[in-house]
Amino acid sequence: MAAVISDLGATTTAEPPAPARSRRRGGSAWARRLVLVIAGLYFLVPLYAAFRFAIGTSDGGVSGAVFAGIPAQDGFLDAITLTVRLAVIALVITLVLVVPTAVWVHLRMPRLRRVLEGVTLLPIVVPPVVLIIGVLEVAPPELKGTPDLLALVYVVLALPFAYRALDSGLQAIPLTTLVEASRSLGAGWGRTLVSVVLPNLRSALLAAVVLTVAMVFGEYTMASLDQYQTFPVWIVVFQQANARVSVAVSLLALLGTWALLWLISLVDRRRQSPEDT
Amino acid sequence: MKQREVPAWVGVVPFAAYTVVFLGVPVVAVVLGSFVDPATGAFTLDNFGIATSGVYLRGFGSSIGLSLVTALVPGVLGLVLALAVRASPSLRLKRAVATASGVFANFGGVPLAFLFVATLGSTGLVVELVKAVGVDLYGAGFSLYSFWGVAIVYGYFQIPLMVLVITPALEGLRPNWREAADNLGATPVQYWRHVGLPVLAPAVLGCMLLLFGSAFSAYATTSALTSGSLALTPIQIGSFLNGNVLSGQENVGRALGVGMIVVVGVLMALYALLQRRVSRWLQ
Repeated sequence: MAAVISDLGATTTAEPPAPARSRRRGGSAWARRLVLVIAGLYFLVPLYAAFRFAIGTSDGGVSGAVFAGIPAQDGFLDAITLTVRLAVIALVITLVLVVPTAVWVHLRMPRLRRVLEGVTLLPIVVPPVVLIIGVLEVAPPELKGTPDLLALVYVVLALPFAYRALDSGLQAIPLTTLVEASRSLGAGWGRTLVSVVLPNLRSALLAAVVLTVAMVFGEYTMASLDQYQTFPVWIVVFQQANARVSVAVSLLALLGTWALLWLISLVDRRRQSPEDT
Repeated sequence: MKQREVPAWVGVVPFAAYTVVFLGVPVVAVVLGSFVDPATGAFTLDNFGIATSGVYLRGFGSSIGLSLVTALVPGVLGLVLALAVRASPSLRLKRAVATASGVFANFGGVPLAFLFVATLGSTGLVVELVKAVGVDLYGAGFSLYSFWGVAIVYGYFQIPLMVLVITPALEGLRPNWREAADNLGATPVQYWRHVGLPVLAPAVLGCMLLLFGSAFSAYATTSALTSGSLALTPIQIGSFLNGNVLSGQENVGRALGVGMIVVVGVLMALYALLQRRVSRWLQ
C-alpha cells in the first residue's frame, strides 16, 4: 500500500530544469548506460513475455483475438460494473470529505495540517488485511451483505492520496486572498468553494480522482477477503479457466494505469505554477 | 471574514468522524479481540503466545526477511538507477523514467503477478530461453513461488518506488560540491565517500524504511502468485478470514494483525523523524 503513497508529489510536481552537466567522465558514461540497459531489460522483458504469452495460441501460433475477446469472458463485465460502482461511491465520498476539510484547514487551522497529514498516513500503518478483519467484525449485518461496504472502506484507503494531492494543490494557490475577495464581493461559502476555489484546484482534483479510481481498480486484498469479485479478484479467479485472458487483462490494466498517470502529468505540466516548491 | 465566527474545529468534524468510524473502530475491535479467549470471552494473552511461536513466528520471520531484502536490494538499485538518470543529459529520458516509475510503483499486485508468471513461471519466457542454452532454472532449485522468486517480483514495484522517493532528495546534491571536489583533486570515489553518500544517507535510509513498509504489508502479489503457500504474515492473517482456523485460535489472526501494526507503526514513526531531519537538511 505504501507503494502508492508518496509518489504523487514526486511525479506530478516540480520538474526542475536539468542542471547543465558536461564533464570529462568517459568511464562513468558507460557505467550509466549499462545501468539503464539492465534496468530497461528488467522492466521490459516481463511486459514482452506477458504479451507473447497472451497472444500465443494452444497450437503454437499467434493471435490477437484474446484481446478482442476479453469483454465477452464470463464474469468480466460483472466485475467491471461492480468495480466502477465501488469506484464511484468511494470517489464521491472521498471528495465530499476531503475537499472542504483540506480547504478549511488551510484557511482556518493551518496548524492542524501536520496533524491531518499524520492522520492520512494511518491507513498505511494499518495494513489492509488487518483493517478488513476489524471492518468485517464491527460492520452491521445489513452492510456486510453488500459490496458497498468495500466502497466505504476504500474511502479510508483513498484519503492519503486525495488529501496529499489537494494539500499540495492548495499550497500552490493564494487561497486566503481568493476567498477573501470572493467573500467581500458577497459570495457565500458554497459559492466561493464551487466557483472560486475548485476551478483553481483542477489539476489537484484530477490527481485525487485518478489515484482514487486507480486504487479501487487495483485493490485485491480487501475485496478478495470480503469475497466480492471486483476486477483484480476476477483476474485471479479467471486464471483457472484461461490464463491467457488473465495475462492479457493484466497487460491492459498496466496500459490503463499508464494512460491515467500520463493524463495527470499532461494537465500538471500545462499548469506549472511558478511558486511550485 | 470575522463576523460570523464558527469554532474552527467544526470544519474537521465530518472528516474526523469518518476516519474514526471506518478506521479507528475496526482497529480498536482488532486490538480488543486479540486479547480475548474465543471459548470463554475472558481476557487472555494466549493469542499473542501462539502468534509469536511456531509457524506464526516463522511467518513474521519470512515477512520481515522478505521486506528487508526487498527494501535493501531494490533500494540500492533504485538509488543507482536514479543517479544514472540524473547524470544523463537527456530530458526525454528523465521524463520517461519519472512517468514509468509512477506507473510501475502504482501497478497493482495482481496484474504484476501475472506478468511474472509469463516470464519466470515454470514455462515462462525467460525460463524457456535459458533452458535453450542449457540452464535449467527450476531444475537448479529456483521457483517463482518461493521466497526469492517473490523477492524478484517485489523489485518490480520497489525499484520504481525508490526512484520516485529518492529523486527529490538527489536534487539536494549541489553540482558545485562536485565541482569543488573535482577542483581539489578528489577522485569520484573520494567524492562519494566523503560528500555524496553522507549527504544522501538520511534520505536513503528514510526511503528504504518506506520500501520496507510497502513490502511488509503487501498481500496481493504473494497471494495471487503463491495462492497462500508462502507463509508470510499477511497471508496467514488472510487465511484466518477465509476460515482456515483451528478451533480455539480464532483470535490469533487478530494478534498477528496487532503485531503487524506495531512493526509498521514503529517504522513509520522512524520514517517521519528521518523525514523531518532530511527536510531541515535540504532547506
